[in-house]
Amino acid sequence: MDFKPKRPQKELKYEELRIYTDEELHNYTEEELKDFKIKHDIPDLEELEKGPWPSFVADAKREALHRKKLPKDRMMIDQDVVDDLLGQLQLSFDDGETHWKHGGIVGVFGYGGGVIGRYSDVPEKYPSVAHFHTLRVNQPASKFYKTDFLRALCDLWEFRGSGMFNMHGSTGDIILLGTTTEQLEPLFYDLTHELDQDLGGSGSNLRTPSCCIGKARCEFACIDTQDLCYELTTHYQDELHRPAFPYKFKIKIDGCPNGCVASLARSDMALIGTWRDDIRIDQEAVQAYIRGEIQPNGGAHSGRDWGKFDIQKEVIDLCPTGCMVMEDGKLVINNQECNRCMHCINTMPRALRPGIDTGVSILFGAKAPILEGAQLAVLTVPFMKAEAPYDNIKELLEKVWDWWIEEGKNRERLGELIQRKGLPRFLEVIGVPAAPQMVKMPRTNPYIFWKEEDVPGGWKRDIKDYRLRHKR
Amino acid sequence: MALSQERLGKYNPEKPTENRITDIGPRHFWEFFPPVIQKNYGKWLYHDILEPGIMVHVSETGDKVFTVRCGGSRFMTAENIREICDIADKYCDGYVRFTTRNNIEFMVTSYEKVEALKKDLLSRKYISGSYKFPIGGTGAGVTNIVHTQGYIHCHTPATDASSMVKAIMDELMDYFTGMTLPAHVRISVACCLNMCGAVHCSDIALLGIHRKPPIVDDNIDSICEIPLAITACPVGAISPGKTEDGRKTVKIKEERCMFCGNCYTMCPALPIADKLGDGVAVLAGGKISNRISEPKFSKVIVPWLPNNFPRFPEVVATVKKIIEVYAAEARKYERIGDWAERIGWEKFFEKCELPFTEHLIDDYRLAYDTYRTSTQFKFTGAAWEVSRAAGGIDD
Repeated sequence: MDFKPKRPQKELKYEELRIYTDEELHNYTEEELKDFKIKHDIPDLEELEKGPWPSFVADAKREALHRKKLPKDRMMIDQDVVDDLLGQLQLSFDDGETHWKHGGIVGVFGYGGGVIGRYSDVPEKYPSVAHFHTLRVNQPASKFYKTDFLRALCDLWEFRGSGMFNMHGSTGDIILLGTTTEQLEPLFYDLTHELDQDLGGSGSNLRTPSCCIGKARCEFACIDTQDLCYELTTHYQDELHRPAFPYKFKIKIDGCPNGCVASLARSDMALIGTWRDDIRIDQEAVQAYIRGEIQPNGGAHSGRDWGKFDIQKEVIDLCPTGCMVMEDGKLVINNQECNRCMHCINTMPRALRPGIDTGVSILFGAKAPILEGAQLAVLTVPFMKAEAPYDNIKELLEKVWDWWIEEGKNRERLGELIQRKGLPRFLEVIGVPAAPQMVKMPRTNPYIFWKEEDVPGGWKRDIKDYRLRHKR
Repeated sequence: MALSQERLGKYNPEKPTENRITDIGPRHFWEFFPPVIQKNYGKWLYHDILEPGIMVHVSETGDKVFTVRCGGSRFMTAENIREICDIADKYCDGYVRFTTRNNIEFMVTSYEKVEALKKDLLSRKYISGSYKFPIGGTGAGVTNIVHTQGYIHCHTPATDASSMVKAIMDELMDYFTGMTLPAHVRISVACCLNMCGAVHCSDIALLGIHRKPPIVDDNIDSICEIPLAITACPVGAISPGKTEDGRKTVKIKEERCMFCGNCYTMCPALPIADKLGDGVAVLAGGKISNRISEPKFSKVIVPWLPNNFPRFPEVVATVKKIIEVYAAEARKYERIGDWAERIGWEKFFEKCELPFTEHLIDDYRLAYDTYRTSTQFKFTGAAWEVSRAAGGIDD
């Protein structure tokens, strides 16, 4: 298996790209760091330097010192940006309220999103975060990196921005945290020309798709999550960069029902790997688990004594459909009754594997509470093959978009439109028949719509005819 | 090929569309895969967690890849990323990855390299004492907390994220570096009801909430699309109004407002944040995976705790208590939501010693489905209080 990008990728060498010299990168000593104070009093933040978990304050302070020791003309935004960010954060703790002004509309030409504008509401106190815009940079699928890329990005961002990041934003993007409006275009120029790398999405558009680690390092993966993620991202670049939707739209891709990228909760279109043939069983390995030679669940519970592995108690009795038994010392699965919850596979990964006839289940409409309440995604297509170039998935997605773009109200997520118009209407739009798999249970109320054409005689009736049979 | 070093670099503001490259998307993933990952792509047979934070994946080719997972603070600086790169260059041929919960993973191809890497990672501490790269986050423990911007970058938060996460993780460190729980516990933090991230589907979730209606600024007619502010309200508490001098404004029915802040998202003239009103709601029992039980929403179990910066002692104590009771009571493989549903929420409240108040009873649209329409319940102290109040018992 070998994946080739659709267009040649620029090979990145940090030594050729770099801005800072080694001396500039190692421009402070441990001693200096020990004695270093930022320019504001930050007692609460300094309290957060204590304790074992990595302290973002301690990290920020070394960046502040590093910037202070760089010559002023070696950074395009204020040298004190980290100091001022920490200072303003302390003020927010004191006041119990945020100190960022509402909103902010900035960006780069040609795109309608990708940059989140932000301005301080106390710029006189913290002038270097007066402008503090965020850029979303589209991460590589499942967030594998080569250090050449990361180092070059660090130089670029330290030179033209604050040097502060989020690795990563919840949607998946690399977040470059804080720069001025002036630097947005130069940043974008070098991102695209030198790093061969685009921005991610923001606004009422397709947001940056993301995926789990998939077949790169997981034996459960049923589909090529990265390839599908990359294909959808690059195929729908226009939808991602130029908002044309009623509201945001997210795509996430999980390789199996374990949901490591949480597509079912956090994307309007969730593509979740699954299979439709039998779970593969290695009976010898099942015996090894029973004999206690292999730890259950890959050893995930080894920090505590849960007793000897008991296949009946830990696997067979916990199966949600009760479709497993031990017969003559062999594990038997009635695959027709299996709902592919992953429990037995998770518990005995060396003995059980997903089937080989794989594809995706497609669920639509997950969202957070605003406006009409939180939603998990609704199972809509139980099974679809997912093989490059994924035309079937694209066709389905475009039918969904056509409908939602036409019918969706301002700031109405797909999930809310499905609620407003009903799941039956959604199925009609995408051209699939109703199936019991789409519901937890059939409706309990009898308020059933019928289409006129489905009822003999239609709906045009004359009261006079009725009265011939029924006197008033 | 080099990054530019002039003020505007190679960008020419006189001709903004000249030489513009667009729509190239992300870097292709394949070149960022380490060779062992490329070679064994799709061929993995099984994995084992050798110890907390350290996994081995075994391929049908016989190849193995060892992964060392470390906590990351999500907010990180170029200095931090460069240190990650130093480690990746030294041990991992220049490859590194991040997880969907913002941990950092270093991969090597032999166990000998794991030992050296592990030693190096644990030796790295900030001057003030915290670990830079604590190893853990695997198996049945507590891994990294998915969180949001808080006061660091957002305009609508009701609390801060980075500080709360640090305070909680400091306290739960043994669960990050150990695998002693019945199942994994996912904690997440969101600073407002927009719930960026995973708050609505986590084992334990902390959510910033307001408790006062917005203040209407008198310039609302000049800076807001008033109809957008009106339709932003989930409970129809906002209606158009006129000021005494005849300008357009909005009226807010205060008794109808539940302080979601969505009108402020749409309209800068309706600020809502308030030091004394704002705080943290605690939710529990959500999950995303389909393992055994179906995915679940998290449910509100504590309506409000104070924003006690910087260490949120009340929030931390509540989270710790829930985890300790869950650890002691739940069965193997049971997530917090599975456990709470099995024993009944009335027992959950009793065991976790959490007061139950009217704020926890749903009263939004589909609320009825959450009420108990059966006689199946367990007696706890709360039931006797109802009986006493209703006159049902004497003591």
